[in-house]
This record gives sequence, C-alpha cells and structure tokens, in this order.
Amino acid sequence: MLEIRNLTASVGGVQVLNGINLSIQPGTVHAIMGPNGSGKSTLSNVLAGHPQYTVNSGEALLDGVDLLSMPPEERARAGIFLCFQHPVEIPGVRMDHFMRAGYNAIHKSRGLDEADPIQFDRMLKETSKIVEIDPTLLKRSVNDGFSGGEKKRNEILQMAMLAPKLSILDEPDSGLDVDSLRIVAEGINQLRSPDKAVVLITHYQRILHYVVPDVVNVLINGRIVKSGGEELAAEIEANGYEGLDQALHPSS
Amino acid sequence: MATPESLAQSEYKYGFVTDIEEETAPRGLTEDTIRWISAKKNEPEFMLEWRLRAFKHFMTLVEKHQEPKWANVHYPAIDFANGVYYAAPKKTPASLEDVDAEILSTYEKLGIPLEEQKRLAGVAVDAVFDSVSVATTFKETLGKQGIIFGSFADAVQEHPDLIKKYLGSVVPYTDNFYAALNAAVFSDGSFCYIPKGVRCPLELSTYFRINAAESGQFERTLLIADEGSYVSYLEGCSAPMRDTNQLHAAVVELVAMENAEIKYSTIQNWYPGDENGVGGIFNFVTKRAKAAGNNSKISWTQVETGSAITWKYPSVLLQGDNSIGEFYSVALTRGYQQADTGTKMTHLGANTRSKIISKGISAGHGSNTYRGLVKVMPKAANARNFTQCDSLLIGDQCGAHTVPYVEVQNSTAHLEHEAFTSKVSEEQLFYCRQRGMSSEDANSLIINGFCKEVFQQLPFEFAVEATRLLEVSLEGSVG
Repeated sequence: MLEIRNLTASVGGVQVLNGINLSIQPGTVHAIMGPNGSGKSTLSNVLAGHPQYTVNSGEALLDGVDLLSMPPEERARAGIFLCFQHPVEIPGVRMDHFMRAGYNAIHKSRGLDEADPIQFDRMLKETSKIVEIDPTLLKRSVNDGFSGGEKKRNEILQMAMLAPKLSILDEPDSGLDVDSLRIVAEGINQLRSPDKAVVLITHYQRILHYVVPDVVNVLINGRIVKSGGEELAAEIEANGYEGLDQALHPSS
Repeated sequence: MATPESLAQSEYKYGFVTDIEEETAPRGLTEDTIRWISAKKNEPEFMLEWRLRAFKHFMTLVEKHQEPKWANVHYPAIDFANGVYYAAPKKTPASLEDVDAEILSTYEKLGIPLEEQKRLAGVAVDAVFDSVSVATTFKETLGKQGIIFGSFADAVQEHPDLIKKYLGSVVPYTDNFYAALNAAVFSDGSFCYIPKGVRCPLELSTYFRINAAESGQFERTLLIADEGSYVSYLEGCSAPMRDTNQLHAAVVELVAMENAEIKYSTIQNWYPGDENGVGGIFNFVTKRAKAAGNNSKISWTQVETGSAITWKYPSVLLQGDNSIGEFYSVALTRGYQQADTGTKMTHLGANTRSKIISKGISAGHGSNTYRGLVKVMPKAANARNFTQCDSLLIGDQCGAHTVPYVEVQNSTAHLEHEAFTSKVSEEQLFYCRQRGMSSEDANSLIINGFCKEVFQQLPFEFAVEATRLLEVSLEGSVG
C-alpha cells in the first residue's frame, strides 16, 4: 500500500530523515519506535505534507501514486490520515462543523454524497461511542479546552469518521492515563481491517500491549535500523535503544 | 498559489453604474447650496434654520482647520468648497409602481428586490439612491401597528413634531466636523418610529446606494423606539467602482425609551478602491444611540468590509438606570483600506452595563485600528463594562492597532478588558488541510470562527450574507 524509498527530508534547514525505506502492506499495523529526536514526527509530517518540511530526495508511493507531489488536502483525499501528536485549537469553529467540512471535502473529491448536518450528527453520535467521547464535547470549539486525553480520543474519532486507507498515528499514547490509553487503543483496534493499514509511532512499548503490531521498526538518526516482530518491542523495553544504535554505527 | 498581495484583486461585485438621468446641486458649498437643498425638499422653516445654523458652525470649523486628525488614517485633503452635495434621479416616483425600471433592476442586482412579488419575506426595505429615498416596502403593513417607517424627507412633511423633537437630540450638529457638514447638507435617509409597546413584526432595513459620479452622500437616519417597544434594523450599502474618492458622511441617531430595545446592524460594503488603493469611498460616519429610559437596551452590530477609509464609532449614551449598550464589530481591511473604528460607551445611569466585542482582520496592506472609550460618570453606580478586541493578521504587510481609552469617575465601576492579536497559523491551516479541506476553505473556516461572536448577533439571513461577503473579500488572500 505504501512504499517509501530512500526518503531524506529536512526541517529548518537540518536534515532529519537520512534515507527511509519502508514497505507497508494492507491490513498491517507497523509500529515505528525510536528515541527522542530520531525523526519519528518528521516522518509523519513529511508523509502528510506539512509545508514546513522539505523533501530532499527519495519517494513515497501510495498504491503506486506519488504522494510527495500532492498538497496536504489531496493526500487526505487519497486516504492519508494523520493523528496529530499536538492537535491545534481553532477558536470559534465548532468541532463537529470542522469534522463535517473535512468529511464532505473528502467525499466530494471522490464523487460521493456529502452529509447534511442532521445525517452527519447521527453518524457522529454513533461513532463517538468507539472512543467514549461525550457528544456535547463536539459542540465546543476545535480542541478548545479539551484535556490531553480528550484530544487524543477526538483524533481517533476523526480517524473513524474519515475511514482512511493509511492512518499515521503520531504518539497517540503520549500523556495518557491508563484508562484513556485503553480507550484509544481499543478504538484503533476496532478500526483495523484487511484493506487498511496503520503506522503507529511511539516512544514506549506500553501501547503495543493493547495494539499488537505486525511489524516493529526502529528509527534512529533518521534511518530505520532494524525491523522485526512484536518481540522487538519487548527487547527495546528491556535494553533501550543503545544496542540498536551500535548496529547502525558498528565502527563506533 | 495566491499570495497576500493578490487578495485586493478579488472582485467587487457591486461596482456597476446605473445609467439614469440625475439632477445635482450646483457645485460648491455656500449658504445658497443649503437653501437650494432645503427648497428642493420643500422643507418647513425650522429645518432650513437648523441647517443654516449647522452650516455656519461647519464653516467656522473649516476656517479653524478643525477637521479631525486624530484617527490613524491617511488621505489627501478634501476640497469641501468644491464638492457636489446633492444628486437625485430626475423622475420622482409617486409610488413604488412608478419607480424607474433602471433603479428597480439596480436593487434587484444588489439582491434587494423591491417589487411586491419578489420582496424578501419578513424584511421591510427603504431604498436610498444617492441623495433620496426611492422606495419603501411594507409601509402599509407596518402602518397598521402605528409604526412609521420611510424616508426622512417624508417624515419631515408628515411628522414634523417628531422630527423637531428628536433631530439632533443625540448627535447635535456641534458634535463634530462631519456631523456639522451632514446637518447642513443632508438630503434624505430613513426615519422610523415604533409606538409604545409594539414589537416590530418585520426586520427594518435601509439600503444605501451611491450611483452619481461626483456627489457625496449625506444621509441621516433617525430611529425612535418608544416605551416597551422592540425593533431590529439593518442597513446595507454599496457603490460603483470609480477611481476618484467619494465622501459618505452619514449621521445615525437612535433613541430608546423605558424598557425599549433597538438592535441595529450594518453590513458596510462601499467600494474599497482598487488593488493600488485608487478610488473608494471615504466613510466618515457618526452613529450614536441614547438609551434614554430605564431598562432600555441598544445593540450595535457592524460588519465593515468596504470603503477606502472607515472612520466610525457607533456609541451608546447609557442614560437610563439598568440600561444596556452593546457593540459587536468585524472590520476587514485589505488592499490599501484603512479602518479606524470602535465605540464609545458613556455610563450615566446606575447599574448600566456595556459590552464591546471587536474583531479586526487585516490583510494585504490594510490598516485596522480599534479605538474605544469607556466612560463612567459620577452617578453611574455599579457600572459594568466588558471589552474584548481581537486582531487577526493575514500576511506581513498589514497592521493592527488597539487604542482603548478608559475614564472612570465612580469607584464602584467594574471594567474588564481583553485583547489579543493572532495570525492564521500554519498549524491551523495544516490541520484543516490534513482533514481534506482546500486552503481557501480552511482560511474561511478559521476566519469565520474568529468572527463568530459577532456574526451570531446578526439576523439569520444577514449572517449568511456577511459570511459570504467575507469569503468573497478574502478570496485568494492567503497562500
């Protein structure tokens, strides 16, 4: 579904991704783990098309189509969803209106029916059960006054509403208490399906107890240094990233 | 992709000219001009005398160079001695059926059909074309409840006692330079009286259209809500695209008696000038309301998207005890537009409350200043004010300024002020676009969110209109 080849990218004039290669099949969950500053968030922003990030070389193909030449909205319409690590607030714009605007933009681009407010409200009410969000929260301004946990659950709710092909979850577990973590993880699990794929970026193994990955990739210094099964996550939990760093620089 | 510079090129839809024969006053401003206008309107003696006093006062202000200079706006000197102060279609219609077809089609193009079968439901319209009112709809329907709504000129003929009593009672001709000029030369406008205990069943609306090439427009609106009455009133305006500046110096006076409420909304869309700042209307307007009776309420809402220069401070004198004054404003400046706008809330009575919500949006080379005064007089015990003025910047060539003044002479007063300046952030745009929205849609969503508290105050149809106007005005403004 997603093929990334020799991808290098910079932010603020500093190259952060130094040649990413990754192949993601439909129906799989790929965990990407790595220490702070290894390029995890850069990878998710580059794939989603954040204008502050510059691609220097390499390619990323979604079902064979060049992703990197598209503006962010076209990537979203092609089926890329980014679950933001720090969702931004938009004062005065109601959360449900925001979600409907995105939903309808994507549906319109695909020649599908747009939802009127009543239809959308009904779908939203039903879907919000997945992440146990109080629907009245969605009448407030976008992310305005949401707790950390509410923000994350709300991101998963948006993922559920938009039904993307490829979801990139940028640390959906950061700052969550145990209950919220369980709710977020269960939400992700409910959305797993044979024709969709998930890239789950995380610093800790914790969430991988709930969302069991098919592949674990270790990202260090902007390169994927090791890939393996779920047991790789346990190894990192036990030994940290240091040994893996050695694998990257055997001479040092 | 669009740049902040390209926004000024977004189209001004209302820039057409109506081809019609008009009669104008002789060029110049002398006592004869005033007499000519007054005679044209067949006015009673008291009106002429009032105008002449205003004219005399204005001339002393001109001699002393008292043209206001304190606003944060810049423009070449206006040659008052050489202006044209009156223009009106030659044919004066006796009734709506006689209104010139060209004029009817003008208003239809502006989205305000006047013919009976096409009228907007629930809205009575007074249509002012250059210096005169050309038609008023639903006059009879309103008349059944004792509501007087129509042209100022008609009111002078039919209700001279009301005019005599209230004209200049809120904005005297001595108030300021442009108020003096207006009092001397004003030609028409709207008049409205809501009798005791009547809740006006329709939205009342005046649409001002400048058509003539060289004349200024000087209209006057007087609105009186008698005890326990309610009225919601809306004004809209537009003008052809011309490369010379035209002066629009209006005066609006509102009076609310005990337990009465007036809601006054403005959607101002005068021609703003072209992308280089050539042409456009100078909108120098004095608007003031007197919350005269106890428990009365005045609410001003304005959406200012047009004009080369806007100089305007809709204000409230909170005279009655427990009276309430509100001011909600969205002012957009783009291209080379300049706006210096805000309000004055003067607390005179006890337990008076005021609320100011101002949203300034600057794009292109636009300059946007909020200027406001909250004044609490010695007898205004327990006065309260809440002020919030926010600025939104689009691009890096524009400016936003906030100039709040406070004068408190009663220690029981409670005042709050909040202000913030923000940009439409790249993170907000990216968030929207990641969810599938185009860059334009994302911008308009964010900007509408910024204006929400103000748009919520507008009657529904006009909130839709305001949202659309903002979208059109900002088309291509952000890349």
